[in-house]
Amino acid sequence: MKAMIEIEAVSKQFCLHNQGGAVIPVLSGAQLSVKPGECVALTGSSGAGKSTLMRMIYGNYVTHSGRILIGGLDVAQAEPREILALRRQVLGYVSQFLRVVPRVPTCDVVAEPLLALGVRPDEARERAQTLLERLRIPQRLWQLSPTTFSGGEQQRVNIARGFVHPYPALLLDEPTASLDPVNRETVLCLIEEAKARGAAIVGIFHDAPARARVADREIDVGRFTPGWAA
Amino acid sequence: MTPLFSVRDLRKTYGGRIGCTDVSFDLYPGEVMGIVGESGSGKSTLLNCLAGHLAPDAGQVMYDTRHNGMVDTLRMAEPERRMLGRTDWAFVHQNARDGLRMSVSAGGNVGERLMAVGARHYGQIRAAATDWLERVEIDAGRIDDRPSAFSGGMQQRLQIARNLVTGPRLVFMDEPTGGLDVSVQARLLDLLRGLVRDMGLSAIIVTHDLAVVRLLADRLMVMKGGHVVESGLTDQVLDDPQHGYTQLLVSSVLQA
Repeated sequence: MKAMIEIEAVSKQFCLHNQGGAVIPVLSGAQLSVKPGECVALTGSSGAGKSTLMRMIYGNYVTHSGRILIGGLDVAQAEPREILALRRQVLGYVSQFLRVVPRVPTCDVVAEPLLALGVRPDEARERAQTLLERLRIPQRLWQLSPTTFSGGEQQRVNIARGFVHPYPALLLDEPTASLDPVNRETVLCLIEEAKARGAAIVGIFHDAPARARVADREIDVGRFTPGWAA
Repeated sequence: MTPLFSVRDLRKTYGGRIGCTDVSFDLYPGEVMGIVGESGSGKSTLLNCLAGHLAPDAGQVMYDTRHNGMVDTLRMAEPERRMLGRTDWAFVHQNARDGLRMSVSAGGNVGERLMAVGARHYGQIRAAATDWLERVEIDAGRIDDRPSAFSGGMQQRLQIARNLVTGPRLVFMDEPTGGLDVSVQARLLDLLRGLVRDMGLSAIIVTHDLAVVRLLADRLMVMKGGHVVESGLTDQVLDDPQHGYTQLLVSSVLQA
């Protein structure tokens, strides 16, 4: 089967122009391949570059060399509008932080990815509400902005946003962090369902039992740290 | 897909000083581009050159017109360009007073732009004005009030209604949320996002507010000293800036 996410010979460095031009190499020769229905966990110590690699896959960080192919599009070379179209249709991302326009109701925050795809507003809201219900966000909160929610509630709103559209490729950054056992179970079920429908998933899970349950393989990002072999 | 708006090697100088130079980009239908930079970086000069308010010294500003395809707007006849400015293009000023007629009612402000493109039926013009006031969340009961009786946020929303009533395809915005208090800003941003999405608008937004471009713009151009020093996907430029100036700009934002 053809890979959905294919990373080849990718390297990355940060150059801090205002801090004496310090150059910090983070990754070199990174490679990774994820097939539809597969979940690959990124592992490695803090600072190894797990989140950096994930952000590069999302097109959020610049890739200096190598290729990052997602459904055939090279994110390392693509135009902004191509990356945005990819994010709308193909590539979902559940980050650790919820960033929203203040005063927009939770229900609309979750429905937004569907509205951007042209789904009818009533259908988009209905699908958003189904997920909010499943993630146990009380109905009385749906019309409120999530900016004042607790950490765990915001995390679940973020997860609802990431799962409201059946993306063929998904990036999950600590999806079960700050969740109670019941909601953690729901999120793990959502991940398993996404795999069953054929989503290719790259995840970072500090929660080892969760990782063991949903990940098919682990990749130690420390292998790609420049100078590691020396 | 062909670009809606295509700019090549645009340059504007004021005597010996550079306003902006070597600016080239393509804007595609439905795309929103932000231009950021400090005061004096050339971003307003650039916007005014793009919108035809200032004559650049050199370069091309090509627009995909509905009837004649790609046309260099700098070489257009003046009446044609003015027609473009009243129909397909819109310009939202930072100060709503610059974009509104303060002595004419709110409904008149919206209706005037329709009349400029040939609408004559009073009932239809008033109905369109009422519809647009509601879309920008102004109570239809205020249709006969003058904008001078409106708050700053309402004036800005009225200016947006006046601009969008003719169904433009390209909107230029100069600091659209500048000078508004933060609670009003959030509401205006949400409104603009919805309008851009529902109408499929392309827009070029000049601002110094990085939070505003993060929420509104698909892509970003960073200007310094009249030059574009960095451009790319908005969240990439803000989260992984490559140029020293952009790094300084991003790291200088105060955390509320």
